Order: sequence, then structure tokens, then C-alpha cells
Amino acid sequence: MPTVDHYLVLSGLLFCIGAFGLLTRRNAIGVLMSIELMFNSANINFISFSKFLTPQALTGQAFAVFVITIAAAEAAVGLAIVVLMYRNFDVVDVDYIDFMRW
Amino acid sequence: MNIPIDLSLLYPELFLLVWTFVVLVADFFTSEDSKPNIGYLSLIGLIITAILSLSSKQGTTFYGAFRADTFGLSFNIIFIFSAILTVASSIEFAKKNLKHQGEFYGLILFSTVGMMFLSAADDLLILYVSLELATISLFILSAFMKRDLKSTEAGMKYFILGAASSAIMIYGISLIYGMTGSISLHIISLRLEEMLTLSPLFVLAIIFLIAGLSFKLAAVPFHMWCPDVYEGAPTPVTAYLSVASKAAGLAALIRIFYDSLQPAAAQWIPLFMAIAAMAMVLGNVVAIKQHNIKRLLAYSSIAQIGYVLVGFLGDSELAVTSMVIYMLAYLFANIGAFLVVIAFYNKIGSDEITAYAGLSKRSPFLAISMVIFLLSLVGIPPMAGFIGKFYLFSAAIQKGYYWIVVLAVLTSVVSLYYYMSVAYQMYFKTGDDDSKISIEPTLAVAVAIALAGTILIGVFPSSVISAVFGASRAFF
Repeated sequence: MPTVDHYLVLSGLLFCIGAFGLLTRRNAIGVLMSIELMFNSANINFISFSKFLTPQALTGQAFAVFVITIAAAEAAVGLAIVVLMYRNFDVVDVDYIDFMRW
Repeated sequence: MNIPIDLSLLYPELFLLVWTFVVLVADFFTSEDSKPNIGYLSLIGLIITAILSLSSKQGTTFYGAFRADTFGLSFNIIFIFSAILTVASSIEFAKKNLKHQGEFYGLILFSTVGMMFLSAADDLLILYVSLELATISLFILSAFMKRDLKSTEAGMKYFILGAASSAIMIYGISLIYGMTGSISLHIISLRLEEMLTLSPLFVLAIIFLIAGLSFKLAAVPFHMWCPDVYEGAPTPVTAYLSVASKAAGLAALIRIFYDSLQPAAAQWIPLFMAIAAMAMVLGNVVAIKQHNIKRLLAYSSIAQIGYVLVGFLGDSELAVTSMVIYMLAYLFANIGAFLVVIAFYNKIGSDEITAYAGLSKRSPFLAISMVIFLLSLVGIPPMAGFIGKFYLFSAAIQKGYYWIVVLAVLTSVVSLYYYMSVAYQMYFKTGDDDSKISIEPTLAVAVAIALAGTILIGVFPSSVISAVFGASRAFF
């Protein structure tokens, strides 16, 4: 029977995979997917806390629905910017866009 | 609480939301030549919202998730003023440089609505959703010049770092929810007081929250996006980003840390101390060698955030009040400086500091306003910035943090050097071109408002302070 600790470990791992992808991926779509993983790890936390710690209240589950919605809105804007980048630069590789440096 | 949902508390926010849709619909029926009218329409809406905010009631509603108080009101005024000045400054800029002007104004208004909800949030869910409404609109705005490579790059960088930071923040929120079983700021602080020791996981959650919100503030070490986005984004958006978005991040930080995480103050004060010190030093030192005025202002704004965060060390009523006053002073001075940059760019098409040579001859008004704004940013009396810094530092001294105040004063001296190098270009260098620069009326009015704010707060601080002082009462 899985306990809340199992879910915490799972979400921690998922968050780390997302953070690792964010730092190492060069493809903008890959970066977007890594960010989605990080959002979803938070969702796992919300749902498992909601189930194990406050089973009578639905706060965590409602929060997860909002996070999913916002992640979708963010992904929509992100993909639009990726399309814009492809039109202007002909690549979707984040290493290529470095006009501005300090 | 017989009537848990009292919509009359939300009138300013709801009005601006409805007005935003009016602006977007009106955009359909406006011909390409009369698009600037959409800008004036947005201005009218913002002014009505300001009046509504000032006359609105105070209290909590939505089962304690939404709280209208003096603290929220003072930040609302900061957001609305920066939106008014931004819209006023973008009318000429948008006509020349942007397609889809209606959406441009609409997005600025949406972002303002998000920030207004944010400053009244008393619940982590409302706080998160409204912060995202504010930020997602800004992602689009910073990439708004579609054919401009720099603007696209700015949008991309801002999006990736902004989305990552909000993912980090939401993970922190989920951990806090798990440990306290609630997302209401008030209940979290009650549960925290019951805890005898804080688990390491809770400290991790605090670090995640600070990291996520520091991205919005562009505080060191989360500032990497800031200079690039400021340089690439359309200048009115940069002005808005540099003030409203930072004020929103600050409002969220104050709400979370003073309202609900106060019992854990011993854990987060050292973190803010480190961030403030790093931001002051890095921002001021790197600004010295910038040659683009927008990048210079970007690094200076990083340094300014360092000064504001000193307020978190104070942990007192005075500290919260001084942060609000500092933000107010920073609003007028920083947006004012960007207004001058926009007025100059509209005529010359350059953001290089060397292009400002001889500006005092070409437009004495712009040159003297720029000097006043920069002096206010340094904190020279009788400008508003002095009042802000004075109160911030005295709040920190009360608690015995002498070294950080010494560091802040020393770095302010460094900042005098690079701010005055801009003044030096304007007054003591002669440019190739001596033709006069004319300013559009709306932009001139906006600069005059910013000037008036900068000087009036500096000369008559007591009335502002007594108005703002009620803001901090909610937390202590």
C-alpha cells in the first residue's frame, strides 16, 4: 500500500528530471516539456497531500486543476513564442539566440 | 459572516476586467488609423479604476481568500499609476512600431488586473493564479515586436525563465500545503506557530518560494533574464516590467512572508540578507560598463530591488511601510526615466548612451527631467528616493543590521557615478545634431506626472507616509 512518502519521492524525482531537462535541453520544445514535468510534479504533491492529509477537504485537488489550466495557458503562449522564433531565426534551438550579452 | 461573497469589495478589479474586454471589442471596430484612440480608451478605464480603488470598501470576502485592505490599496495605486504612465507613453511608440495595437493595450490592462488581484490575495491559490495572469500577459508583451529579432529573443528568454520560476514556486506552495494542510495565508501562520521545530522540507519550501518570486523581482542570483529582456522588449513594456512586475513580486513576497511565514522569520531573514547584498553589489558594479541606456536601467533596477529587500530584515511596521514608500518613489523615478528614453527613441531611434550627447540643448525639459529621475534613483534629497531609502535603512538599523546599511550607502555612491555619466553626456558633450526634439503632448503630460510625483513625495513626505502607514497594520 503506497503511503504519502512514496508519492513525495515520486514527485521529487519527477521535479529533478524536469529541472535537469530544463538545464540540459537545447531544443525549445524539449525545454517546454521539461517545464511541464516540473508543473506535474507539483500536481502529484497536491493530489497526494489532499488524499492522505486532508481527505475531507478538496483544496489540493482543486489547486491541481488550476495548476493544470495555467500550465496549459503557459504552454500555449510558449509554443506561440517558439513559432515566432522559428519564423525569425529558422531554428528552435535556444543556444542560437544570443544577440544580447552582457 | 452571513454573506461570505461580497462582490462590492471587488468593484475596481471587476470594472477593469470588464473594461479590458470593452477595449478588445472596440479594437475590432477601429480602423488602422484611429488605433491610438484605443490607447486613450484604456487610459480612461485606468483612471476610473484608480478612482474606484480609492473609494472602495475594505474587508475580506470569498471565505477569506480575497482581502481588500490599505496594503493592497497602496500597491493597487502603484500598479494603476504605472499602467497609466505606460499606456500614455506607448501611444506614439505603438503607432510607429507595433502591429495589433488594440491587443497591446488589452494585454497591459489584463496584466494590471492580475496584479490588482494579487495584491489583495489572502490565499495561495488566488496569489498563484493572479501572478500567472500578470506574468503570462507580460510574456506576450515582451515578444510583441514580431519581426524584431531582439524582441523575439527577449520573449523567449523571459518565457523560459518565467515559466520555470513559476514551476519552482508552485512546487514550494505544494510542499507548504502538505505541511500545514491549508492554503490560506492566515491558517498557515496559525499552524506554523503550533509547530515546535521546522522540518528541513519546510525550509526547502521557503527557499523554493523565495527563488520563484525572486525571478519576478529579478533579484540576484535570479536576474539573468532581466538585462536581455529589458533591452529586447518594446520600451514601454520594459518600463512596465521594471516597475509594475517588480512591485507585484514584492507585494506577493510581503503577503506571504509577513502574513503567513512570520513565525519562521529566523529561517528567511538570512536568505533575504544574502539576496539583498548580492543584488546591490552586482547591479551597481555591472551597470558601470553598460553603453545601452535600457541595459543600464536594467542593472540599476536590480540594484534597486536589493535596496527594497533590505526592508525584509526590519521585520516591523516601519519596514513594511518603508518598502511601500520606496516602491512609490521608485515607480515615479524609474518609469520617468523610461519615459524620457521612449521620447528620445521616438525621435532618434537609438538607445545608446552616447547618442544622448548634447540633449540638454536639444530638449532642456527632457534632459532636466532625466537628471531629476536619476538623482531620485540615487537617493539624493529632496527627491522621493531619499525618503524611501531613509526609512528603509532606519528600519534595518533598528534591528542592528549595520553592515548591510553601510554596504547599501557605499553602493549608492557607486550608482551616482554611472547615473551621472548619463547626465554628463547630456550636459557636457556636444552631439553632431543640434535640432530641437519635440515631445508629443500625452508623453509630455506623463513625464510631468512622474516629475510631480518624484518631487512632491520628496518635499511633502509626511502626508504620503501617514496614508501608507495603515498599510502595514494588517501584518502586526
